[in-house]
Parts: sequence; C-alpha cells; structure tokens
Amino acid sequence: MRTDLTPQRLIAYVIVAIGAVLMLGPFYFMFVFATHTNREILSMPPPLWFGSAFVDNLDQLLRSLPHFWKNVGWSVYVALMSTVLNLFFCSLAGFAFAMYDFKWREGLFAMVMATMLLPSFVGMIPTALTMSWLEWMNQPRALYVPGAVGALGIFMMRQYIESAIPRELIDAARIDGCGEFAIYWRVVLPLIGPALGTLGLITFIGSWNNFIGPLIVIRDMEMYTVPLALRSLQGTGQIPWGAISAGSAIAVLPLLVLFMLASRRLIEGLTAGAVKA
Amino acid sequence: MHARATPNQPADVATAAQPPRRAPAARVRRQWLSRRWAPYVFISPFFILFAVFGLFPLLFSIYLSFHRWDPAEGLAAMRFVAFENYLYVLQDDDWFRHSIFNTLWLALVSGLPQHLVALPLAFFFHSALGRWRNAVVGVYFLPFITSTVAISLVFSTLFSRDFGMVNVMLTAMHQVPVLGWLFPSTNIDWSQPGYTKWMIAFVVWWRYVGWNAVLYLSAMQTIPRDLYEAATIDGAKPWQQFRHITLPLLKPMIFFAVTLTIIGNLQLFEEPFILTGGTGGIGQAGKTAAMHMYGTAFVDGDFGTASAIAWLLFLLIGAATWANNRLLGKRD
Repeated sequence: MRTDLTPQRLIAYVIVAIGAVLMLGPFYFMFVFATHTNREILSMPPPLWFGSAFVDNLDQLLRSLPHFWKNVGWSVYVALMSTVLNLFFCSLAGFAFAMYDFKWREGLFAMVMATMLLPSFVGMIPTALTMSWLEWMNQPRALYVPGAVGALGIFMMRQYIESAIPRELIDAARIDGCGEFAIYWRVVLPLIGPALGTLGLITFIGSWNNFIGPLIVIRDMEMYTVPLALRSLQGTGQIPWGAISAGSAIAVLPLLVLFMLASRRLIEGLTAGAVKA
Repeated sequence: MHARATPNQPADVATAAQPPRRAPAARVRRQWLSRRWAPYVFISPFFILFAVFGLFPLLFSIYLSFHRWDPAEGLAAMRFVAFENYLYVLQDDDWFRHSIFNTLWLALVSGLPQHLVALPLAFFFHSALGRWRNAVVGVYFLPFITSTVAISLVFSTLFSRDFGMVNVMLTAMHQVPVLGWLFPSTNIDWSQPGYTKWMIAFVVWWRYVGWNAVLYLSAMQTIPRDLYEAATIDGAKPWQQFRHITLPLLKPMIFFAVTLTIIGNLQLFEEPFILTGGTGGIGQAGKTAAMHMYGTAFVDGDFGTASAIAWLLFLLIGAATWANNRLLGKRD
C-alpha cells in the first residue's frame, strides 16, 4: 500500500513526528534535569542539554532518602519474587488447563477469567486489613504473594501451551514413566521459553511500577520500594528537582533498557489478552 | 501408609506395605500425584490465593460498608448501621460529589481524545510507516510501561509556573505570528484550580494514547488486505477507506478499548495523587473518587464510609460500562 508522498501524507508524517517528540520529551528532560543543580533547573530558560551535576544530585537524593539503595534493592527483590512465582504458578495452571481433560475444566477456567473483571480498588481497604492481621505490614511478601498468580498469566500460558505443545508429547512422556509434575518440569517448561519471557517482562514491569500496593502496606522508609521513596521527596518547602529527576531516572532506566531489548514481545504480550478477547 | 494399620482394619500388613507387584512389561511407577488429581493440584494455587487475597477482601469490604468501625478498637467494636454509610456519602459528603465530578470530568477530557487521536494514528502506523513502524510504535507505547510515579514527578517539574518547560513553550508559541493568539502570553500557574485538571488530563492522555493506538493497530492488522486493494482499484481515497472499511470492521475493538478506558479512568489515582502532591490540589480540584476513598480510609481512618465509597464507585463504573455497551456494543 505504498503510495506517493502527497502533501496530506507529508503533513501526517510531520504530525506523527511532533507526537513522537511529545512522547519522548518528558524522558529527555528527566535525564537532562538529573544532571543539573536545582539552581540551573530553576533558571530561565531551563537547561536543554546535559550538565555535570549528576553526582551532586545523587548525593542530595541519598541525603533525603538515606535508604535509597536499599529501596532499590527491595524493588528488585519484590519484582523478582513476583516474576518467579508468576512464571511458576501461571505456567503450571496454564499447563493443566491446556493439556488435561478434567471435570469442570471450562467452568473453572471461566472463573479464573472472571476474576479479571473484579475491580481491584474495592479490595484495597480489606487487603490492608488482611495484611495487618497476618502481620505482613512492612513485609515485602505482602507485595508479591497476593499477585503470585494471575488470570492474564494463566490465559497467556494456556494459549501458548495449547498451540506449541502436541498432546502426543505429553502422552509419550507418560508412557515412559514420567510423573505428572515431572512432565511439567522436564517436558513443558523447557519448551515454553518465549511465553515465559513475555509474561516475565510484564510481571517484572508491573511489580516495579506498583505504587498503590506499597502505599498501603509499607510504612517504614527503610522498607519502601522505589516509587514510594520517590514520592516521599515531595515534601513541603524547597523541592529538590534535581534529586527527584535523578531518582526518577534511576527508577525508569531499567524499564527503558528492558523495553529496548524486547519492545515487540512486550507489546504483543500486553495486547494478547485484549486482541483475543 | 503402613503406619496406619490398626486392629480395626484387618488388612494384611505385609501386602499393604508393599505395592502389588506388576508385570515388568507395564513399567508404571507409582506416582505421588495421579493423573486424575494433577490438574486440580496445578490450578489450586490460583484459587487459594484468590480466596485469601481476592474474594475474602471483597466480601469483607461489603460487610464493612454496612458498619461503623474504628479499627483501633478491634473487630468487636464493629457496629451495624445498615445503609447509613451509603446515605451519608450520597447526602452529606460534599467532597464525594466533588470528587465524582472531577473523576467524570477527567475521564471524559482525557479519555475521549485518547481514542480520537489513537484511531487515525493507528491507521497511519498501519498504512504508511513501512520499515520504521516498530520503532515509531515503540516510541508512542513507551509512556504506557514507565513508572507512573517517576514520570508524574517529572511532569510536575515540567508544569512548574516559573521555570517549567510547558510554560516556556506555550509563551514562546504566543510569539508565533498567525496562531499566536491561541497561546497564553504569560506563565500559567498550573496549581490553580482552573488548570490542575487540564494538567492531569494531559498526563493521562500522554500515558494511554499509545496503548490505545497499539490496540487499534493490532485489530487493523487482522483486516484482510484485499479489501483495501479492491477499494483502491475502485478509486477510494485513504479517508474513504478509513471511513468505510477500517472503522466498521474495528467496531468490536473500539468497544473493547473504550471499555478499558472507562474502567481505568474512573479509578484514576496515581497521576492525580502525585501531580497534586497527594493533597488533591488547591480546592481539591484534582481529587478523584479513588483518592477520596483512600483519604477517607487511611487519613481519616473511617473504613466503613470508605468501603461505601468504593462500592458506589463500583456501581458508577458498572453503569458507565453498561451505557457504553448500549452505545457501542450493539451488534448490527
């Protein structure tokens, strides 16, 4: 459908290009401001190119948030735990729904899917209470256990396993004396790498960006995750824009790297549920 | 197993302890998990976790919404008040009405342009980008996956009155000859009630326009190419193709994407929370219903009223989804 470069088309290209600049602009300024002192950021006109104050900003960030590296550590820990648990439980459940014929299979699967319709904010208050009854307040496990397996992950895994693994393979393994769990662990798991990669990315990013969860269950600054730590910089008085930008850049950088490495897979994974719905 | 043999069970202990010998040809080992029960075991983690962290909180939240309760006094201090919390929220809680208005305003002002821009954008991605498509789509999609908190903090820098890049650009645009009058000549104070909502709406639009474009793009890719080819042969211009082929065939996806936007926008929390420093802004101009619920529960400590707010918001989302279903979801 390639056509000539008509004036209309040229205008469309220009608009799309301006839009792309608009989309990337905030990221650009985040990195630029991260390298300028507060004073430079507050000057007119604001800086447009990188400066040399990144280390100073980091210094100031660590003075305002003495546990910042620990906070980064908790974010990594929680994101990794969510990812590992999700990959394990979602693929296990997806395998069951894809490869076994059992009573109530379709009904149970419909129930799993139906949980996607439940609004998460309605459960916000009782979830906080549940966590305090379990004495999980301030505990990272309050963040990764509730979301250790989810409907979208099960759906993705079921679709993939159904299309990628022939049932004959499962039967063959069974005849060779393989146990049910061993079939999953030794036959299925090694064959679903791509699906695991996609779900892993989605889960990691979702956990890394999670704000409401920690806002409700984490109280001690020492146990904060990165979004919560950054938000606490927004106190009264002089706002340390340079330090905020530096912290934001550190929070966003891992996502940018992941996105550059796997944007296609990530987009396809995230829209998988949508497109097939 | 063998430890359980009791006088009441006159089983032959020797044979119970050793599994019956099978013919060597059928080398079936006894598994700890039978084929019959395996699927149930494999799916059970979901149902267990959902029961504890999904269903129970939900049911408890309904229960809570009919009670008055100070959590500091323990569960015994819960007092049944029937619909009092709901009546209070609907009749006397002025901030609830205010926050619902803000929520609906933001849902509309950020939501509608998301789709009005995303649709033609996706069509353009689909028809005219060729080799560059994935990169450009990636650029538009990037805001969707980044940390809301980090990016909202950056936006609050960009929207600062005296040095923010947004004001610098707007006032610079004022100098442009023909179109200059459209832009302000002096800096805008975005923290003023009249502007806060526009700022939030813009950030929300920025975050989700690419996501919607990707949804539409993925649906467009399923439309057979021959349709366009036939239309081109018949002399249909791109606009006519968009109007008569793409749009009708995209209707199910439009319905789905709009539904997602409605559900998401009516629960808006993080962007307004960060952009207003957690306060809702001057005059609570940026306070959404979800923020009001959060404040009622975790700042005021009134969990019963907060639960009532949550369920009223849920009803509102249900009603909006239903209305959308009547409007867009009809099959014709």
